[in-house]
Amino acid sequence: MEKTTVKKQNPFSRLLHSQMMIPLVALLLLLGFNLLMDPAFFKITLGTNSAGNPVLSGNLISALNNGSELAILAIGMTLVTAASGGQDISVGATIAISGSAMLRILCGTESSPSTLAAPIILGFLVAVLVGMLCGLFNGILVATFKIQPMIATLILYTAGRSIAAWINNNQLPIVPGSTFTYFGGFIPGIPIPTPFLIAVLCFIITALVLKFTNLGLYTQAVGINENAAKLNGLKPVFIKILSFVILGVCVAVAALIKCSRTSTINYSVVAQNIEMDAILAVALGGNSLGGGKFNIWASVVAAYVIQLLTTTLYKFKVSSDALPAYKAVVVILLIVFSAPVVKEKMAEIGKKVRKPAKEVG
Amino acid sequence: MSENVVLEMKNISKSFPGVRALQNVNFKLCEGEIHALMGENGAGKSTLIKVLTGVYGKDEGEIYLKGESGAVSIRSPQDAQNLGISTVYQEITLCPNLTVAENMYIGREKGWRQNWKKINADTNRILESLGIPAKATQQLSSCSIAIQQMVAIARAVDMDCKVLILDEPTSSLDEQEVEKLFGLMRDLRAKGVGIIFVTHFLDQVYEVCDKITVLRDGQLVGEYVIEDLPRVMLVSKMLGKDLDDMADIKSESEEYTGEGAGSVFYEAENLQSNAGIHPFDFYIKKGEVNGFTGLLGSGRSECVRAIFGADHVTSGKVKINGKEVKITNPLEAMQNGIAYLPEDRKGDGIIGDLSVRENLILAAQVLKGFFRPFSKAEAEKAADEYINLLGIKTASKETPIKSLSGGNQQKVIVARWLFAHPEYLILDEPTRGIDIGTKTEIQKLVLKLASEGMSVTFISSETDEMLRTCSRLVVMRDRKVVGELTGSDLNQNKIMSTIAGGEEA
Amino acid sequence: MKRKLMAVLCASAMVMGLMGGATIASAEEDIITVGIINNDPNESGYRTANVADFETYFGEDNEYGFETSFFYSLENEEQIQAAEGFIQDEVDYLLISAADTTGWDDVLESAQEMGITVILFDRMLDADEELYAAAVVSDMSEEGVTAVSWMESQELDEYNIIHIQGLMGSDAQVGRTTALDEAVEANDNWNYVVQQTAEWSAETAQEIVQSVIDSGESFNVIYAENDDMAKGAVAALDAAGITHGVDGDVIIMGFDCNEWALEELLAGNWNYDGQCNPFQAETIVGIIEQLEAGEELEEKIIYSVEVGFDATTITQEDVDNYGI
Repeated sequence: MEKTTVKKQNPFSRLLHSQMMIPLVALLLLLGFNLLMDPAFFKITLGTNSAGNPVLSGNLISALNNGSELAILAIGMTLVTAASGGQDISVGATIAISGSAMLRILCGTESSPSTLAAPIILGFLVAVLVGMLCGLFNGILVATFKIQPMIATLILYTAGRSIAAWINNNQLPIVPGSTFTYFGGFIPGIPIPTPFLIAVLCFIITALVLKFTNLGLYTQAVGINENAAKLNGLKPVFIKILSFVILGVCVAVAALIKCSRTSTINYSVVAQNIEMDAILAVALGGNSLGGGKFNIWASVVAAYVIQLLTTTLYKFKVSSDALPAYKAVVVILLIVFSAPVVKEKMAEIGKKVRKPAKEVG
Repeated sequence: MSENVVLEMKNISKSFPGVRALQNVNFKLCEGEIHALMGENGAGKSTLIKVLTGVYGKDEGEIYLKGESGAVSIRSPQDAQNLGISTVYQEITLCPNLTVAENMYIGREKGWRQNWKKINADTNRILESLGIPAKATQQLSSCSIAIQQMVAIARAVDMDCKVLILDEPTSSLDEQEVEKLFGLMRDLRAKGVGIIFVTHFLDQVYEVCDKITVLRDGQLVGEYVIEDLPRVMLVSKMLGKDLDDMADIKSESEEYTGEGAGSVFYEAENLQSNAGIHPFDFYIKKGEVNGFTGLLGSGRSECVRAIFGADHVTSGKVKINGKEVKITNPLEAMQNGIAYLPEDRKGDGIIGDLSVRENLILAAQVLKGFFRPFSKAEAEKAADEYINLLGIKTASKETPIKSLSGGNQQKVIVARWLFAHPEYLILDEPTRGIDIGTKTEIQKLVLKLASEGMSVTFISSETDEMLRTCSRLVVMRDRKVVGELTGSDLNQNKIMSTIAGGEEA
Repeated sequence: MKRKLMAVLCASAMVMGLMGGATIASAEEDIITVGIINNDPNESGYRTANVADFETYFGEDNEYGFETSFFYSLENEEQIQAAEGFIQDEVDYLLISAADTTGWDDVLESAQEMGITVILFDRMLDADEELYAAAVVSDMSEEGVTAVSWMESQELDEYNIIHIQGLMGSDAQVGRTTALDEAVEANDNWNYVVQQTAEWSAETAQEIVQSVIDSGESFNVIYAENDDMAKGAVAALDAAGITHGVDGDVIIMGFDCNEWALEELLAGNWNYDGQCNPFQAETIVGIIEQLEAGEELEEKIIYSVEVGFDATTITQEDVDNYGI
């Protein structure tokens, strides 16, 4: 067989063909738009907050800050999508549940106690446990009972916020003291928003887990070909449940940040519609919603893109109830550009553009 | 273009990134002829067919069709169909939950209103004229695979096709069904249809074809009238080298004489699974090659699946090296040194979207453990080593396995299990749907591994492959073990008679 | 099989839940049977207080001898179905706080035919006045007017307002927005810095205010249409080190009079909180007693008395009495 020598790809052209391309292009488009419209969008200032601590502020900082919950959820949602070929639509409701459980521990039975009823770490651990239990419940329905993920998670999607209210007996507790506000705000002396730091910590842990375990390989194998995975000694049921449980942990971390932002929780509106944004992040990250190969980092970048879109719209005072319409436009563009027909045409055009250029040079 | 030539392809070239799939290939098909297109996997058969049917665009070359002036351009399967080129694939591409008549006419409606009475009557008439035993109103899924394939052919013929392409139509058919299909092909030939027949089965080529075109490495080797090309010649043309007798590979290999030679490695008593096989006893010695034989559906695969724990094991006692063990799932089997290459490569073997490297290390990785992944360097080293060892043709070790040819995919799966260093390797139809060169390589490999002390169970639909490799055959009929053949009993006749059960009292 | 079993379990659990929630109305003569349809208590702190208020006056062991069935849902359709159920049970009084203002005509007509007295509470309905006996509601536009006149009384040189709205189209949002819109229109020194909906969510409100701070525009009033959103806005100010409240640079206004919000007022962190009175049960009990005694009602529509609190005048007593 005559082999045309495969060109050594430079890092740039490798990036050009990678999954990362889609969210990166979207990111650059948004940043470019802002640069054109108002370069002040990029201004970052160092000020002090009301407690006298240094804090960074600016639109970009706000985007990084407010996108944290979504980015953290995108990690788990990507895994669930890859392993089960479906999505968990209950994450908003389970944020309410695990957040409510956390406040129940921190506030006890009082709705606005003057001191913490338990250390914050205990509250957080309970939230993690509750998040994992919710994930376990969803995972068992999906993996063991073979219910479609969207249908299975519909149960907690519908019931979750009521369960959250029930945990606190319909009270809306307020966590006392300033320590709890650090997680959704700033730690004294550190000018970077804590939610972003927590998100980065999550990314590092994810990177370590992907490097030092076979989570990635196993999840992809199960998502692509369950039968083959089984015959190679993997346990698809376990892997799928595991992905839902990991998402449960992500949910608990997001719940911590959400509750900490205002020191309280509102069961009916907390993290409303965040599941749709998380799914959008997975899709915008170029991951197939049918499962299989995945790239968590593309989802994470996509999550920040979605947040940046929100921040941009606020900046230009677009009414926020019009936000879903803008996201719909993104979805449409995404679907159109990832359609095989369009991809082929683009490749053809690309070829045509490149050829004459070569002849000239 | 001479009088009776219905299709002519001239100087067709097609490249993919990293591979030249076709180079200046010419192909000519006459009316009323069955023309075999032969070549190893990766020789360019599929690419040529796909260019012809509009799935791929060609880089260079022209296609001429009878009745069309000048070169035709085929941009899509729809174009091909409009020009009278129809394809029937190995996998049925009809809708199993519609009726035969609906399948015949779907996508050909003119306007919204349908006269189903007339369509059903027409369908029955066509089916009858082609001698296809099916009814118009029957649901397609209730027909056998062979009938379904014939319906697909009938649909193609009814759409006035001048060129009919049959891509591996016989792979999933039994002998009788193949005969029926050949009957239909001969009828069509008599009606003047030009048929391109793609297959791996040499016997079938010599039974039904008029001409053979051989491709190798994307290039045309030649076009031959069937009488002028004896089998050995055909094989050597496909492989591009003179073949020393393939039947001799067994005598080349040596028997294992090392440590533990002759001792039983695996032993099962009254093993049974939920896949519907009768309980069976089975053993294999260290360094032995044995096999399960029987007709399709006789339970060969189910037996080995029970050994590997792939199906739910319901009863039985299993010993490894004389020690009783429990094997209820694949992981336990793997931990006991058993490896299993499944029959359905696409459905059970490859992880399509993952790279060759990832596919290759999978089994060994699972054995190594969740928390101990191979480093990138280790995985790459293993991939390089086995790609070289087995001669796997791939653009790189990072290429998704699904873009490899069938034979090379199979080699990767074999490599996957070799890298897991098993003591007992089960190969279920490892040579199905792959080219002769790879088939031979795999058989040689089996004997080499056995000579190094590995136990191998080998299953193949082609009895001569089994005779060439196995020293003991377990014969199955109706999901039951009905006999065991060794030594001088290992010949075609004896196997046939045991399968047929004529000698039983 | 497993799936079927699950479905059966789920279904029976739901039925049990419904039966547990609704005590079946009996037909004894001397007992007054009541059906109450309300929104889900989890909707907001306001709703929780509202539901609790009704359960005290109408729930088990109430001192007035009412036998009451409650139904809670945020879905208008479900509410209408429940109402039809209550009508079939021939309750004496049907009390409704509708999720949506439309689609109730047929139900109210059939109630009238059955001789059932309908009393609306909390929210009005788009229906003919003849179809209900009385309505005890909050006047949301009055709440807005009260708040805006308080703003005027502050006599600032310039009003640069961040207006954070509730869920667009809801009664509370429309009422509380209208008064402010009119004032901004009428006065040259009143300006919107931004007018944006946060859909009652504290985090979204925080994000909106953050965005204004990031763009460096100056403002001195935050008018949030509920307490949660005011809280979110304040969190954004705190993070940027902008002072607020009685001695601060920015005036903070909220609505609903949650207990914790009134405490913020008491501490001087906020400036104003408008009441949205959730306590309608007592008034309704009075109406029912009047009707049972055969008396005529003086007014058909009764507006709950609602006040606004100023941080400089609020007392601990107010917090205890009015906090929900």
